[in-house]
Amino acid sequence: MSTQKLTKNVVLLLCVIFTICLLVSSWAQAASAYKIGGIFAVTGPASFLGDPEKKSMEMAVKAINDRGGIDGHLLETVIYDTEADPTKGVMAVNKLINKDKVLAIIGPSTTPTTLAVINFVERARIPLISCAAGIQITQPVKEWVFKTAQSDVLAVASLYSHLKAAGIQKIGILTVSNAFGESGKHQLEAQACNFGIEIAQAESFGAKDTDMTPQLTKIRKVSPQAVVCWGTNPGPAVVAKNVKQLKMKMPLFMSHGVASPKFIDLAGDAADGICLPSGKILVAGLLPADDLQKEVLIQYIDQFESQYGGKVSGFGGYAFDAVNILAEALKGSGGNRALIRTAIEKIQNHIGVSGIFNFSAAEHNGLGPDAFVVVKIKNNTWELLR
Amino acid sequence: MQEFLQYLFSGITNGAIYAVIAVGFSMLYSSTELINFAHGEFVMLGALTLVTLWSGLHLPLVLAFIVTVGIVSFVGFVFERVAVRTVKKPDHIVLVIITVGASIFLRGIGMLLWGKDAYSLPGFSDHQPLDIGGATLLPQSIWIMAIVGAMVLGLYYFFNRTLTGKAMRACAISKRAAWITGIPAGKMVLLAFMMSTGMGGVAGVMIAPITMSSYDMGTILGLKGFCAAMLGGIGSLWGAVIGGFLLGISEAMGVGLISSSLKDAIAFVLLLAVLYVRPGGIVNAGDVQRF
Repeated sequence: MSTQKLTKNVVLLLCVIFTICLLVSSWAQAASAYKIGGIFAVTGPASFLGDPEKKSMEMAVKAINDRGGIDGHLLETVIYDTEADPTKGVMAVNKLINKDKVLAIIGPSTTPTTLAVINFVERARIPLISCAAGIQITQPVKEWVFKTAQSDVLAVASLYSHLKAAGIQKIGILTVSNAFGESGKHQLEAQACNFGIEIAQAESFGAKDTDMTPQLTKIRKVSPQAVVCWGTNPGPAVVAKNVKQLKMKMPLFMSHGVASPKFIDLAGDAADGICLPSGKILVAGLLPADDLQKEVLIQYIDQFESQYGGKVSGFGGYAFDAVNILAEALKGSGGNRALIRTAIEKIQNHIGVSGIFNFSAAEHNGLGPDAFVVVKIKNNTWELLR
Repeated sequence: MQEFLQYLFSGITNGAIYAVIAVGFSMLYSSTELINFAHGEFVMLGALTLVTLWSGLHLPLVLAFIVTVGIVSFVGFVFERVAVRTVKKPDHIVLVIITVGASIFLRGIGMLLWGKDAYSLPGFSDHQPLDIGGATLLPQSIWIMAIVGAMVLGLYYFFNRTLTGKAMRACAISKRAAWITGIPAGKMVLLAFMMSTGMGGVAGVMIAPITMSSYDMGTILGLKGFCAAMLGGIGSLWGAVIGGFLLGISEAMGVGLISSSLKDAIAFVLLLAVLYVRPGGIVNAGDVQRF
């Protein structure tokens, strides 16, 4: 073998080794980022949920990456828009599972979309942390499905214990005829006897109705001690106006569905004196100093408002909590989905924006009734009652 | 009794709004035989334009009212010129599909201009609600009734006493015959479009203070107005008015006396029943007698 040929072979070999090294190192770099998916209703009718959720997820991920990621791995997000459409939600989830091959999924924003995607994540064995409120998502418990939003079960429980303390026993309820109102009505009726409360009259209204005086007149006829209205904007604002116009004397209670400054805008003077259960974010500044959540809440609000401007919404926190819970579970998991899942189940006393999470094999929401406080609207602002 | 009166007041208020929307539908139908499925969107434009002019720019109410109706009519003008007039083969089905397309387009525009949030307005005057036999009558309801009354009388006068109104009726009976006698039929159709959409604007202005206005409010209002027009007999002024009030009152009574979860079902069953007995609507307009 001539020297020239040997040199040539050596050069070739070196080239091959160098190329392999390059390939391996670039592949290793790609693997070192933990890829997590997000599906939110960023546009469409539920954009008031999806938009702040997307922003909060990006914010939380950025904060984690700024701290150096998890065990040296940076987080990488892939976010799709479901437009609150279950079909699009399923398509997005399949894309995340098959194309993006994410480790875990955060979202969707609404209950119908979440229920539609559950089968797909269960089959693919990927942890999903939903940001929707429906109790059906985690009851009965599904192996791979968790959620961070407070269920309406807790909202009803917290409202009813307030009513009980105020000595109110006979109420009339007025619910919107959509998924939110139906689920609320179901809970209101199911829990009434636990608190010694009698529902004297149950009425409903359409989400786009322009006038609720007939329903309210019917409720007034049975003279209840209080009226409970369960809906999302703008219907409840019309109800509040109508109650004032009809000069009804009994107090009006609302659901957490209207716990936003927008409701006060819409109802104006008629909002005065209305009480409702709400997440603590609305009254973060008023919480007593020993409240465990106060620090997290104020930090989140400051961060959100300085990064995106405008007022913080009560809904983005669901995604913020989901990212932080996932980050905690990712620690030491090495990117193994089964380990992530069991790690989420073991999380205890995680202080989040929506409440204090205590997960277990039988509890995939992890929140207790203390996630809610009852607030009162007074002089166009919120007042903490409990 | 007190409850009955309250249901009646609520029904009359809603009925008056349905009536104005129905008159808009009916008028356009009688001069062009076209059902404008974008009509509800003009109601939305009326309500949201009033929000901008009255509570945003603080114009005096009367001026804001007039400007709003003017703007909505102008949108109707553009709609007729751009989307309807330019159709090469004006088949009915094509025109109806165009109006459906226009409704989606206008809703999109509404969402871009005003966002997805709802808006609320105070009543036209801040009088206290009246107490009649234990039932509450809102000042806004009285305003609505007064406006509807004035409008219906005005229209009646227009169609029966003025030359333009009579010319429009002539076009409605036979466009060709009217054209032969020298009536500019094309202009009449345009005028009918503008009046019809302007009426949608009036309905929007009236409804804005009693409910919340948002970009997607038009669809259901348009549907209810269409229902009222069919109920009364499409193409007839009085039919539309009667249909509107009947629909509004039956809805309120349905909620009060039967069940609130059946509210819409009651109204639509009524529509089916009336159309079964009288296919042409309550005021049977037939083929000739329009407006």
